[in-house]
Amino acid sequence: MIRLRINGVEDEVAVATVAELLAARGIDPNARFLAIAINGAVLRRREWLAHRLSPGDDVEIVRPFSGG
Amino acid sequence: MTDPLTIAGTTLSSRLFVGTAGYPNQQVLLDCLETSGAELVTVSIRRISLEGYAESLVDLLGGRYRLLPNTAGCVTARDAILTAELAREALDTNWVKLELIGDRETLYPDVEQLVHAADELVRSGFIVLPYCNEDPVACQKLADVGCAAVMPLGSLIGSGGGIANPAAIELICSRSPVPVVLDAGIGTASDAALAMELGCDAVLVNTAIAKSHDPRRMAAAMRAGVEAGRLARLAGRIPRRHFAEPSSPQLGLIGT
Repeated sequence: MIRLRINGVEDEVAVATVAELLAARGIDPNARFLAIAINGAVLRRREWLAHRLSPGDDVEIVRPFSGG
Repeated sequence: MTDPLTIAGTTLSSRLFVGTAGYPNQQVLLDCLETSGAELVTVSIRRISLEGYAESLVDLLGGRYRLLPNTAGCVTARDAILTAELAREALDTNWVKLELIGDRETLYPDVEQLVHAADELVRSGFIVLPYCNEDPVACQKLADVGCAAVMPLGSLIGSGGGIANPAAIELICSRSPVPVVLDAGIGTASDAALAMELGCDAVLVNTAIAKSHDPRRMAAAMRAGVEAGRLARLAGRIPRRHFAEPSSPQLGLIGT
């Protein structure tokens, strides 16, 4: 288990990579229009499978919404 | 009449940009976008719900529009830059409507941070369209750092207050080296027409359509307003006079 901050909420999760984190949250890692940042830096989609999460990582998972 | 607008080398067929927020439902949104004739539509970037994945707005728009992601709500240059970078990753576009809010109540831009963030984003390859004050100096600074357009406010976001300072907007238009897009404050179609008459290259409207009693009809009105204002601008208004100037002939008047 590692402790992460996911979209502003602290949580403990049993995952090693970003792709595993998405799957654990019921988010299809192949879904279009998703973007992820780790500790304030965008993690490109091609890195989601290999990038290993570290304890304390601040993860932002976003997508487009309506806006003005 | 063909009168396209070019921003950063991209030609847009419509001078009306439309926001996608606050419509009564998705069908009304889609109908309004269609009716408006807009090619460029704005979206926000927000945290995904961790309770599950729902249909994305972008899926709904189905590739029919050019999307302009915004950094709405950001109050620091750091957050705005990260939001722009996430938008680029999510939507595969380097265009961004840069918003940097300096006051949560009025949503007035924080010009100091805006110029700084715009500068950094331009250097990172973004096409930056900043939402900014109706201030010629701020607009010039934004153009100087390489913004592709400037988007001064007509009045406060969502206020429907119209163009509070038309003289300032006209001044900005007359001096700007980049296209000027009137953003925020439009309340009805005559506001959009006035913006174009003052010399704006385009108008961005959201709330005035979305919150109208009949959004579809207002979308049509905005389209007509922008087109009318643009035509009038190109045609040129007559000079203002302090006295009457009869339009009918003076010769042959009965009783003379």
